[in-house]
Amino acid sequence: MTNMNLINWFRFASPQSFYPLAGKLVPLFWTLALLFGAAGLWVSFFVAPTDAQQGEGYRIIFVHVPASWMSMIIYLAMAFWAGLGLALNTRLSSMMAQALAPTGALMAALSLWTGAFWGKPMWGAWWVWDARLTSELILFFLYVGFIALQSAIDDPRRADKAGAILALIGVVNVPIIYFSVKWWNTLHQGSTINLTRAPSMAHTMLWGMLLMALAFWMYSIAVSLMRLRAIMLERERHTEWVKHALE
Amino acid sequence: MNALLATVRRDLLLALRRKSEVLTSLFFFVIVASLFPLGIGPEPALLKKIAPGVLWVAALLSTLLGLPRLFAADHLDGTLEQMALSPSPLALLIAGKILAHWLLCGLPLVLLAPLLGLQFALEGQTLFILSLSLLLGTPLLSLIGAMGAALTLGVRGGGVLLALLVLPLYIPTLIFGAGAVEAQSAGLGVEGHLSLLAALLALAVFFAPWATTAALRIALE
Repeated sequence: MTNMNLINWFRFASPQSFYPLAGKLVPLFWTLALLFGAAGLWVSFFVAPTDAQQGEGYRIIFVHVPASWMSMIIYLAMAFWAGLGLALNTRLSSMMAQALAPTGALMAALSLWTGAFWGKPMWGAWWVWDARLTSELILFFLYVGFIALQSAIDDPRRADKAGAILALIGVVNVPIIYFSVKWWNTLHQGSTINLTRAPSMAHTMLWGMLLMALAFWMYSIAVSLMRLRAIMLERERHTEWVKHALE
Repeated sequence: MNALLATVRRDLLLALRRKSEVLTSLFFFVIVASLFPLGIGPEPALLKKIAPGVLWVAALLSTLLGLPRLFAADHLDGTLEQMALSPSPLALLIAGKILAHWLLCGLPLVLLAPLLGLQFALEGQTLFILSLSLLLGTPLLSLIGAMGAALTLGVRGGGVLLALLVLPLYIPTLIFGAGAVEAQSAGLGVEGHLSLLAALLALAVFFAPWATTAALRIALE
């Protein structure tokens, strides 16, 4: 039985058999993203109560927190696929890493942007050198570096491998960077503002956030799969199956 | 071990024949550091406050300047391929090259930094800590930079790309290095910062040559 399972898994490791599957999955994930998004937005705008201290402005966190989560999760996923591609030499894994990177960078940028929107009314500043903000900014730089390195190398196989090494170096460095920035921040005592909110969050707020997080997950998967399909077609354009797939 | 020393000697010899390359990045360090007082103003109190950060950032940038040359010449004339084919492990030879790079680009910064520190109105003990933090930190910069140099070897727009890849990874070194000097000026303990810097160095000595070698093998394929 285990043997069967293995065969089934590896079947979808080839672009040829994964391309139609991804094509079927994309509408599914888009539907889920829209459903969760609609429900999440409804809860976060109409159901969740106005915050006692922060007023209506706090509602940006329904976008901000899921975006921050996604930016970190996607980096891990990207490094995982890149590492897998490096270790097993599977083409699809490396394409997956390449497909995830722009979405991850988008999430990091969105997280910074919405964080600034939240910071202005709450702290009176668009930006403070808080540990989390700073490490999110550096995460964004790491994404940009990955994308830049991959696009600077013409040979896709070399680009995959170099990108994989960079992603793995980044994964090792992310905790080091986070803690160094955190200690740097506490040593400086620059901002008296702390990002950690009171844990007593209304249930509806939590629900809104979870629904929005799910919507972001589904959106990220859908978009990455779409991008993956495009990458597969581009890289395998000389093969027979692509010619058939496009007919 | 002999292979490592031979690589170091070879790289040092090559650098001595072309002194200008090494001197350029050294003077870059001096000039960048001298620009800040001109831009900000000559008040000693202010200069003393910004000195650790400015000197460390200048050291970081000047190390970055020498990095593209780390493997480029050897890659062009095929030496790197011969190294990969040689019986000694490639990682060892690469470690030798990184060591030579530090001796040429890092060590001079360590020796020169106290002089620049004087321009920034730093005092005796702080100058000593500045040198010590650079002594621990510049090898780290060379090791991390070597990974970036290997990844961008022979790539379009390599120099700028290298900066983009390497600078975010330099952040912890900068924080602890400049932090040590700042703590000393503020009269706080510096052991924590220096220990962390040394810990990072120990980690990098172990992992960086290995990752650099993996990246170089990809470039050589």
